[in-house]
Amino acid sequence: MKFFVLAYKNLKRRKSRSFLTIGGVAVAVAVLVCLLGFNAGYQEALTSDVDKMGYQVLVTAKGCPYEAATRVLKGEAGLKFIDEDIYKQIISDPDIDKITPLLVQLVYDPEKSDGKGGFDSYSGIERSYMELKPNVKLKSGEWFSSDDADEVILGYDKAESIQKKLQKTVGDKISIPGEDTNLVIVGIFEKTASLEDGDFFLPLKTAQRIFEIEGKLTSIGIKLKQIDRLQAFEERLYPIASIQVISMSQVKGTILNLVNSAKILIMSVAFIAIFVAIIGVINTILMSVFERTQEIGIMKAIGASKLDIFKLIWIETLIICTLGGIFGSIIAIFGGNFTELLVRKVMPYAPGGRLLLITPELLLFSFFGVIIIGIISGLYPAFRAASMRPIEVIRSGE
Amino acid sequence: MQDKIVLEAANLKKYYHRGSEIVKALDGVELKIKESEIVSIIGPSGSGKTTLMNLIGCLDKASAGSLKIGDTEVASLEENDLIKIRRENIGFVFQRFYLIPTLTVRENIELPLIFAKKSINEKKLLVLLEEVGLKGKERIQVKYLSGGDKQRTGIARALVNDPKILITDEPTGKLETEVKGQILELFKSLSEKGLSICIATHDLELAQATQRIIHLQDGKIVPREKSDLYY
Repeated sequence: MKFFVLAYKNLKRRKSRSFLTIGGVAVAVAVLVCLLGFNAGYQEALTSDVDKMGYQVLVTAKGCPYEAATRVLKGEAGLKFIDEDIYKQIISDPDIDKITPLLVQLVYDPEKSDGKGGFDSYSGIERSYMELKPNVKLKSGEWFSSDDADEVILGYDKAESIQKKLQKTVGDKISIPGEDTNLVIVGIFEKTASLEDGDFFLPLKTAQRIFEIEGKLTSIGIKLKQIDRLQAFEERLYPIASIQVISMSQVKGTILNLVNSAKILIMSVAFIAIFVAIIGVINTILMSVFERTQEIGIMKAIGASKLDIFKLIWIETLIICTLGGIFGSIIAIFGGNFTELLVRKVMPYAPGGRLLLITPELLLFSFFGVIIIGIISGLYPAFRAASMRPIEVIRSGE
Repeated sequence: MQDKIVLEAANLKKYYHRGSEIVKALDGVELKIKESEIVSIIGPSGSGKTTLMNLIGCLDKASAGSLKIGDTEVASLEENDLIKIRRENIGFVFQRFYLIPTLTVRENIELPLIFAKKSINEKKLLVLLEEVGLKGKERIQVKYLSGGDKQRTGIARALVNDPKILITDEPTGKLETEVKGQILELFKSLSEKGLSICIATHDLELAQATQRIIHLQDGKIVPREKSDLYY
């Protein structure tokens, strides 16, 4: 039997208290892992979303640029329309490398989500859309037969859900809820791991006709030949009063800044949780030290040195923190999906892909972090126990 | 052959300060304990019994005087050296046993070896278990033991490091008469093998069964006829 076994058996003597303390540490570790994982995951997912958009610059109707950018990122409608003439007006700008017009509309489908109802996103696009988005490729089928054909290309996830629900695939016809038109499925896009995987894609003119908004767009996506020409490009577009130019890198930076501000607040909560857990650990060990005053005195009488007692109490603290760290990591790994679901509901804009990036490095960092905290928080109770004089302790039992 | 002295106290004093008052808990005690001797220390409450036991057990430091354990003068030693003396020379047995309830009999007995960083000699451990009457009970958690077996575990724990002196404070105070007799017999058998035993007690019956009784009163050893205790 070694010190470790002795310390472990001591903790087992007060099962409920030890279990609750370990639980407190586990919750603090899980919160820390999830927050740090969210920090890394959100940034990566947002960068990936913005990169996958293919646009460096977005032209929309005048309004809040961040609302417009996030709506486009989310594939949402609700933007004010701009005239298609503006697209024709700026297409020949010398700084533009690639440009594509977009019209996004939301349609309510009462059958969606097992009859609960929900909105589907329909995007009117032109072939230039594929040129701007290098990761958007046809997995099966082909591009639209004409600019105003009653045809649809499905995003990867949408194709899977239609196949599952309606047993329809390329070559079959589907209808838009509330509209008379039937659309032939002509293709399916490959998975992009973005929100576009759940969209319907129509030829731009078809979308304008079906939704009765001919000659209108919701946005124009642009890739410049050189991004440092952005300012000059913006200045040239300045006289067009009804539009605004949004740089996606600025949007990304602003979203990250907003998220970081929220993160600081959440991190404060996490640190309070950790602080409370530390106090819990110190309290548990200290109480156990005081309860075992005589026992510690007897140990000293039968040959334990100050260092032996210090080691014993310290190991107890470390066992609590180590078990807390292990359980906390397990909670974070298996509860991560739930946390992600929660974050997606709360966040005004959550990018596609994994929001919570729990890496082995992050788990190791949190695990060893809590061990170090354990080492520090065990110091005081261990010192108190080691300082007890056997004579006083034994006398207190008389 | 002259009897070997294992413990020798000369003019041993222990004073405490209670405010401005000085309490003389021990005031010039002269004491010699020989090898294989069983000595009982009796006296009324506050006579200095526990103080004397703590000093000879190297749990406390004397205010003045000399205390030798074997050939080592321990009165002036620091805490770390006293620990070493305790580990090598002294075994303690307490009235309330003070065992760790979640550990087994064997684990409780092994504790002093862990603290002394000594490996366990299985053969020796078996002999010890047999000697104290715990053979076959080594895997039982001590919380399930009877009072007598708890005290036997306490005695085995005190003996595992091969001490020269066994110091016990009311070792039979919590035991039934029959078990009391068994423990006393065990002490006698241990002393025949060379162990010196020093028993602090109020139990005159137990004291009378020992080879020598030391009467302590007001911090001093007094002759039997001057003692407040009658028997």
